[in-house]
Parts: sequence; structure tokens; C-alpha cells
Amino acid sequence: MTESVRVRGYGRAFSGLILRDLRVLRRGLAPFVVRTIMNPLLSVFVFAYVFPKIGQGMRGAGAAGPSFATILIPGLVAMAMVFQGISAVALPLAIELGGTREIEDRILAPVPNWLVAMEKIVFGAVQGVLAGLAVFPVVYLVPATPVDIHVQSWPLLLVVVALASLGSGALGLALGTLVRPQQVGLMFALVLVPMTFLGCVYYPWAALHPIRWLQFGVLINPLVYMSEGLRAALTPELSHMPVLLVLSALVTATVLLSLAGIRAFRRRTIA
Amino acid sequence: MSPAIRLDRLEKEYRGPPPVKAVRGVDLEVRRGEVFGLLGPNGAGKSTVVGMCTTQVLPTAGRAIVEDLDVVTDPARARRCIGVVPQYNTLDRACTVRENLYYHCRYFGLARAESQARADELLEQFQLGDRAGAMPAQLSGGLAQRLQVARAIAHRPAVLFLDEPTAGLDPQSRLALWALIEGMRDRGITVLLTTHYMDEADRLSDRVAIIDGGKVLVCDTPAALKRDLGAGTVLDLQLDGAHDGLDAVLRQVPGVREVTAGAGGLQVMTDSREGLLARVVEAAGPYRLRDLAVREPTLETVFIKLTGKALRD
Repeated sequence: MTESVRVRGYGRAFSGLILRDLRVLRRGLAPFVVRTIMNPLLSVFVFAYVFPKIGQGMRGAGAAGPSFATILIPGLVAMAMVFQGISAVALPLAIELGGTREIEDRILAPVPNWLVAMEKIVFGAVQGVLAGLAVFPVVYLVPATPVDIHVQSWPLLLVVVALASLGSGALGLALGTLVRPQQVGLMFALVLVPMTFLGCVYYPWAALHPIRWLQFGVLINPLVYMSEGLRAALTPELSHMPVLLVLSALVTATVLLSLAGIRAFRRRTIA
Repeated sequence: MSPAIRLDRLEKEYRGPPPVKAVRGVDLEVRRGEVFGLLGPNGAGKSTVVGMCTTQVLPTAGRAIVEDLDVVTDPARARRCIGVVPQYNTLDRACTVRENLYYHCRYFGLARAESQARADELLEQFQLGDRAGAMPAQLSGGLAQRLQVARAIAHRPAVLFLDEPTAGLDPQSRLALWALIEGMRDRGITVLLTTHYMDEADRLSDRVAIIDGGKVLVCDTPAALKRDLGAGTVLDLQLDGAHDGLDAVLRQVPGVREVTAGAGGLQVMTDSREGLLARVVEAAGPYRLRDLAVREPTLETVFIKLTGKALRD
């Protein structure tokens, strides 16, 4: 078998795996939309609609600062992507690997084991992008206060979205392979909750300046870079981390999570 | 012609704690086109052998060659030649019956139209057509297993592995599956089947390897294995009393070849000469002989003779 025939075979199998996941996603489209937009919908509704109306205002620095909605939007889009990585990759994977072993037929596809794991990351990323897109109209339309977002650099936005969604998929793979089904509840409490609250979703990273230990502590959280990267792309006027730092951190996080996930996937599927 | 499967001092030790040596140096050759039975009790290492042949378990030592491909060094390519019917239901629960077949074909590189045609062909052939749109959770155990066989051969593998294919099936589904397996032989597919049902191995297999404690004890045709016992007839004695010493007494009876422990008593292998039965009854009488059954030897007889224990304990 020549190398090109072999690679073509891998490509076909890979697209078969993607097609299967797309089919399953299409079948569950309504639940997908609900689980994707519920959190951002309620977040913007409470923080950017109810709070301003009842005078519990949260604003960026100073009275003339940006509306809270403007600060919130990039963070909520980033969070939606991470949530997608968990609910579209980690949870099904934990079940398929732990209880039903139904991934076995895909493990037996004529491709290297790591490619099956990669497909999970890529498909998680596809769903991450869809989730980000689904969230956008919600967070744009619901707030009572003006929302000031505009894209200054489309290439930057595309790169950030690509990296953030791949990172979310890789996070989903790593969690799905490392966490046993009976530990899923614990994973939510120990990983997801701290990640979102300390992920610079509700505040820009620079605003943490008064709490230095926290400002440096949150740097291990990949969601920080996703939020800040989207801030750089969507609300460039507001303070955000340097773009180069964001991009290199996102690449590093994606690579490390992918490697950990692929390794754990192999350990879980080949005895 | 090279064999379909060649196992060469194959070993597997699962990492602990505690480490478990599941397979201890298995040498086997399965010929092309034959149905080969791997017979042994639970925990004998059958599934691990299948796992190693099908790229799901990495051997600790030795080699496994399937269709001239080393499954360890080139697993992706080897998978093209093998179909696997696993011990448990691993059907894709998020996909319909038809989609289980269709996407399997796609994983193996078949184009859309080809995959559709192949899925429909298999649905018809395995009489699953009216359940094409059902989800796997709606299928009975027998139908689910039939679908797993259909899926396993969807990419037309040369070798089919079935790991305990009839465990948990009702008798009717079991017979139906046996017919399917016999159909594989007619199509020239090599079949390796593991089972702890001796009648299954006896009925389906061209050759059988009896495996216990991670080692192959014997390997031959079922007929030859039974013939080598040298026993024309087996007498199963059910005894109410203790039978210490009875085996020694029985061995003195002319025509008795072997006496081993059986379920609830003793198993006596004989050459079925005239008058033997009466002598055995006479000898066993003082040990409160309750019942006596006369039967042909089975693979279980072979197993008991080899290991001194029953196949299913």
C-alpha cells in the first residue's frame, strides 16, 4: 500500500467519523440549541437587562466606562465554547468509554488510534463555533444597555475563534478520557465551576490588578485566554491582554490538552 | 498458503495492581476458510487472545499475524482484514440500525452510494429490513447480536472474530446465530470464535483449541480430540456417599481407561466393552450409587481429563 493510498484511506475514515457525529448532532439539534444558549441568555438577561433596570448597575471602570454588557459578551461567547467542549465531547465520551463501549466500532476503523481522538477534538471545535454563533444574537439583542462591539480585525477574530474552539474540543477530550462516568458531577464542581467564575468572563483580566495573586493565579485557566482573545477581537478599545500572549497561550493550551487527551484516549481504548 | 492467523508465543500481562498474566505463551495457526473454536472457561484468556488479534490489546510479548499483517506494528491496516463481534453490545446507540451499518462502511472508506447499497444489502441478508429505522436500544438481544455480526462483515473482512457470540442469548437466537456462522464458512470467511459452551465449539468448529490458565492445552478437530481420549463411552456416576477410594477400585475394572471427578460424582471413561457396565455398578454400589448416565464423550470430557475440573464452575 503506497503512502498516498494510506493517507487517502485515513481521510475517508476521518470524514466518515465526522459525518456520523454530524448526523447525531442533527438528530439532537433542539437540545443542542437549548443547552448552548440557556446559560448566556440568562447571564445577559440578569446582568445586562435586570440589573440596569433595577439600578444594580455593574459597569466597567468609571461612570463613562463601557456597559457591562459590552464586557460580558466576549466572555459569554468563550464560555459557550468551553461548555460545548464539555457537553459535546467530554460527557458522551465518558459514557462511551466507561459504560457502553459503543466507541469500539470507531476504534476498529482502519486508522491510527490518535486520529479517532483527533476527530473528537475537531468535531468539538465545530460545535464550539456553532455554539459561539448561536450565542451571538442572544447576547447582542437582550441587554438593556448599549452594546458596543465591532470587529476591527477579521483575521484575528477567525484565528482566536479557531484556537478557542479547538482548545475547547481538546479540553473536552482530556476531561472525557480522564474522568470516569461516576465522577462527572465532581468534574463540574471542581473543573467547570471554577473555570467559568475565574475565567475572566465577567471582568477583563486587567481589572484583576488590585488582587495580584488572583490575577496571576487565573493564568493557568485556558478560558482566560479565550475570553481575552475574543475581547481583543470584538471590543478592541477595552483593555485586554496582549494579542501575542493570548495567541501563544491558546496554542500552548490546545497542544497540551490535545496531547494529554490523545494519550488518555489510547490508554482507555487499548489495553 | 500462509495461515489466516498465526500466533507466535503470544503473551499478555495486564498492568496491576495486581498484575495479571492472562495469556502465557500461545502458539496457534488458524487456516484460511476454517471455523476455529477457542474453548475454555471464563478467565482462561480467550477474550485477551481475541483482543490481541484485533488490535485492542497490546501483547506483552510474542507476535500476532493476521492475513500476513503484524497487528501490533500495523494495526490500522490489519483492521481492514478483520471483523469483530464483541462480547458485549457495542452498537452505536445514537444511530439507527441502518446507520450503524452505513457509517461502519464509511469508516472503511466506502463512498456514500456504496455504503448505502451495502447497508441495504446487509439489512436484507440478515433480515433486519423492517427494523432499519429502529434504534439499537429497541432491539432484542438476538437481533442486536445479529446486527453486530452484519456490521462486523460489512467491510468484507477476510477473518471474523466472534467473542462469546451466544452468551446470554435465548436458545432460538443461539441457533439462528449458529446458522449465520456456518454461512460464513460457505462464503470463505475465516472465523475464530471463543466460547465456553462445548456443544457450540463441537458443532461449529472445524478445529478447536482448548485453553485454560492462559495456555493452549490441545488443538485438533473435535472428533480427533474425543477419539484421543480412547473412550468409546463415558459413564457419569452420581454418588450420594463419599467416594474416596472408588476411583482406584474402578481403575481395576477391565475396560476403564480413566476416572476423573465429575459433577456430583465421578466420570468414567471406558472402551465400552461388554459386561463393563455391570461391573462398574457393582463396584460403585457400596458408595451409594444414585444414578448412572451413559453417553458419548464430549469436548467437556476432554476438558475435564486435561484439567481435572469442569468447564463451567
